[in-house]
Amino acid sequence: MGFRRLIDSKKILSLFAAFTLLGTNTLMAQTAAAGTDAPVDKGAMWLGVGYYVLLFLLVCVIVAVVGKILKIYDLTLKMQGKKGIQWNNIIGVFCIVFLVAGLYGAYWSFTEQGTQILPESASAHGGKIDMMFWVTTAITMVVFLITQVLLFGFAFKYRGSDKRKGYYYPHNNTIEKIWTIIPAIVLTILVVFGFFTWREVTNTKEVKGDINIEITGHQFAWELRYPGKDGKLGSSDYQLYYTATNMLAVSPKDRNSYDDLKADTLVLPVNKSIRLNIHAQDVIHSVYLPHFRVQMNAVPGLPTFFKFTPTITTADMRNRLDDPNFNYLLYCNKICGGGHYNMQKVVMVVTEAEYQEWLAHQKPYVNDQLKKEWQLAYGSQVKELTGKRVALNN
Amino acid sequence: MSTLAVHDHGASVHDHDHEHHHHDTFITKYVFSQDHKMIAKQFLITGITMAVIAMLLSILFRIQLAYPDKTFPLLETLLGRFAPGGRLDPEFYLSLVTIHGTIMVFFVLTAGLSGTFSNLLIPLQVGSRDMASPFVNMLSYWFFFLASVIMLSSFFIQKGPAGPGWTIYPPLSALPKAMKGSELGMTLWLISMVCFIASSLMGGINYVSTVLNMRTKGMDLWKMPLTVWAFFLTAILGILSFPVLVAGVVLLIFDRSFGTSFYLSDIVLNGKLLPYSGGSPILFQHLFWFLGHPEVYIVIMPAMGISSEVIAVNSRKPIFGYHAMVYSLIGITTLSFIVWGHHMFVTGMNPFLGGVFMITTLIIAVPSAVKTFNWIATMWRGNIRFTPAMLFAIGLVSFFISGGLTGIFLGNSALDINLHDTYFVVAHFHLVMGSAAIFGMLAGVYHWFPKLFAGRLMDEKLGYLHFWITFICAYLVFFPMHFMGLDGVPRRYYAMTAFPAFNHWLSVNTFITWAAIVAALAQVAFLYNFFHSIFFGKRPTQNPWNATTLEWTAPIEHIHGNWPGEIPTVYRWPYDYSKPGHDADFIPQTTPYSETMTSNLPHDFEDNPAGLEQYNTWVKANKPGEEVK
Repeated sequence: MGFRRLIDSKKILSLFAAFTLLGTNTLMAQTAAAGTDAPVDKGAMWLGVGYYVLLFLLVCVIVAVVGKILKIYDLTLKMQGKKGIQWNNIIGVFCIVFLVAGLYGAYWSFTEQGTQILPESASAHGGKIDMMFWVTTAITMVVFLITQVLLFGFAFKYRGSDKRKGYYYPHNNTIEKIWTIIPAIVLTILVVFGFFTWREVTNTKEVKGDINIEITGHQFAWELRYPGKDGKLGSSDYQLYYTATNMLAVSPKDRNSYDDLKADTLVLPVNKSIRLNIHAQDVIHSVYLPHFRVQMNAVPGLPTFFKFTPTITTADMRNRLDDPNFNYLLYCNKICGGGHYNMQKVVMVVTEAEYQEWLAHQKPYVNDQLKKEWQLAYGSQVKELTGKRVALNN
Repeated sequence: MSTLAVHDHGASVHDHDHEHHHHDTFITKYVFSQDHKMIAKQFLITGITMAVIAMLLSILFRIQLAYPDKTFPLLETLLGRFAPGGRLDPEFYLSLVTIHGTIMVFFVLTAGLSGTFSNLLIPLQVGSRDMASPFVNMLSYWFFFLASVIMLSSFFIQKGPAGPGWTIYPPLSALPKAMKGSELGMTLWLISMVCFIASSLMGGINYVSTVLNMRTKGMDLWKMPLTVWAFFLTAILGILSFPVLVAGVVLLIFDRSFGTSFYLSDIVLNGKLLPYSGGSPILFQHLFWFLGHPEVYIVIMPAMGISSEVIAVNSRKPIFGYHAMVYSLIGITTLSFIVWGHHMFVTGMNPFLGGVFMITTLIIAVPSAVKTFNWIATMWRGNIRFTPAMLFAIGLVSFFISGGLTGIFLGNSALDINLHDTYFVVAHFHLVMGSAAIFGMLAGVYHWFPKLFAGRLMDEKLGYLHFWITFICAYLVFFPMHFMGLDGVPRRYYAMTAFPAFNHWLSVNTFITWAAIVAALAQVAFLYNFFHSIFFGKRPTQNPWNATTLEWTAPIEHIHGNWPGEIPTVYRWPYDYSKPGHDADFIPQTTPYSETMTSNLPHDFEDNPAGLEQYNTWVKANKPGEEVK
């Protein structure tokens, strides 16, 4: 037998021994801090690769030995005129054990990991989305339980036997109609529920007092622009992008730009309708604010927006979570390059007074350097345009 | 061109043995073979090779996720510049994710699954000597092989393979300077996919024409096994949707290489203004998902067909609701063309359109539910024989339930706002199409192994070991991911260390990685079993599972032409298992009703007045007073 010859081969065994010896530190994992003074976590040190290979081979040998024992046992039974191992029974029992253990595992997972899901919604529409989520979860859980119990329950109950024959039952139109119509009705309810919520969330109606904020994604950061006292964001023209000073391609031809502000943190007043105007400069990014149940792609050449109303201030949320370091975060949720995983922005939700105070301390987007650049580029035309309005902000 | 061994693909009478016409050399028999069975084997072995590669790639990126703050000098030894200092380069991480997804979706679950079983089973189950065009069929494999080589070759170029994700959204994929994975690797990806789609179309056209034109005598559409129905509808899906992706890909090549702006506009990259205007990246997404969503069904429908067959055979019962199963497949096929927009709820497309796509998406759950309930009903009061194939088919149904239900969340546009592109999506599709389709494929391999590798069986005990470890580990890997997604953890992140909020998922990530490693190791049992059994597997009887379908009437040894002499005639549907009044618990499709009078039922003679008359004559003689009108 080839396999036996392989096991007996001294050359192969010697090779394994040499391979194990080679499982030295060069093959081991090290902490990223290795080589510095940082203490090394001995508990997490990896053993050599050879160790894992040998461990795997040991498991294979154990499996092979168990297999051989079963085979001998089976043959012994047959020699005694008995039936041999009844695999249908064994697997049937496995099915029911899996069902019970699996359902317990799912329950455990819900109680352990499920407690960490859906961070408390901090936006007005978030509550509606969450309610729909829980309704859908309840419905799907019932279906999940019924179908999995039936599937594995039938596998156990109707496990094969020589004494029985299957029940010839090719169809039953009534039953089939029932389990076509019931899912259709349930899904219709979910569709209607979802459709109205979707309509509400994507409502584009202009509301007086909407705060327009521009957020622009590029590899690998977000840039913010707030409107000044006029409450309007000046338009931008990507073809004007030529220096790092005018990263957002703000147009000198639109007077609304002149009092716009630039910011490092996305600060939002609580209970005010926010309209995020979303842009991208290079590739597709995605504005994702899980606490606010907000997500919208940032697409170059296709400005998008998302309207929402934050309802819980950062300070409130820190109290609720008893975590003084908590911050809302904005992620990039669309693959955009090597730094994609680290493209974040801190979001602060504050009271109206705090917001106004913060706003007063922000620097104008159109600063002296940009004005100079515009004058160089457009000469007297821009001088005339920028004139007084820029001064208002200084 | 070599002489074709097949002279008449129809149901006409062949009085001679086909074998004597073959003058096969090693090359024409094993390499450039035109025999559908050999082509099936070529697809399967290439698919398995690609699956092993994709699995190893996933282990690499899972190690990164489990140990984001550790270095592994071995990685640098193996991967060189892609893992400087023993840690994966973040851009290479994205390449690993991209190629893992691409290989699994296209090269394993489309070509490996559909290519193998459509090729093997369509001619054998409809009673045809080969595919409609064996030469084109051979080309379809070699284009697939070429596509695989090109895709893998991208690991050996300076900047590495494509990295913009398997969905290759522009501008990331259209701007070579956007990242390392957008350079030559991306070009190779596109060329590989064009070859792949050519292969897929050549295969698909063959499958459709064979099913429509080359069925044996008596094999009407309602006598076709559900496998054939599934392969047939899958081929139609592919033929109608893949060309749209080709169009999308060609335009992308133009944008990348010839300065056009189909998908590009208003772009400033690395501080440099690029001369693109008027295009839209969203156009690509529409074109991509017009294939991309049917692709999900291209992947799962053959697996559904296989599981339907395997469940019926091993439950020793007719599949419950055969007609409903076919109509559900047709329903899924039709609806799958009008749901693509649910991948784009948060792209900024018109919200009204989003609402429409939500409705169509959720409707598709109805035929899916019908199929699930019918599988379960088939097992009810069965006499279930737990072959490894049956276990994998049960596993498929379990995954399809778990993963399918989460589709209801993602298809709901309002809920998708919070779940889009998070680990919830990863969990959903890995269960519903990844694991389920892989299990369908494995069920098929175990079940039809004697037809693939003339007269050998795979070892059952190793099959059990393979199933239970893989099944449990697949749940351990993907179930916790739902919760990560619901906590807002985005997918495709190289490391979570930048976000203190996600730190508590590190232990879960480590656990998932180890479950994935154990699942990968369990595949060693399969690979050993598979290759060992090809040469040393037990020799079964011609019909080892006591199945009714036509492939088990073909001789154990492969001959090009499938049946010596006449192709058998079909008289009945493929699911006459445990029919009352019949001694054996199965009646092959080739057994005429005149030979099974004791077990005939009145509806067996629908549209067959001559048969009904014959039956009534028999009833009059044996059971007077029970005639059927």
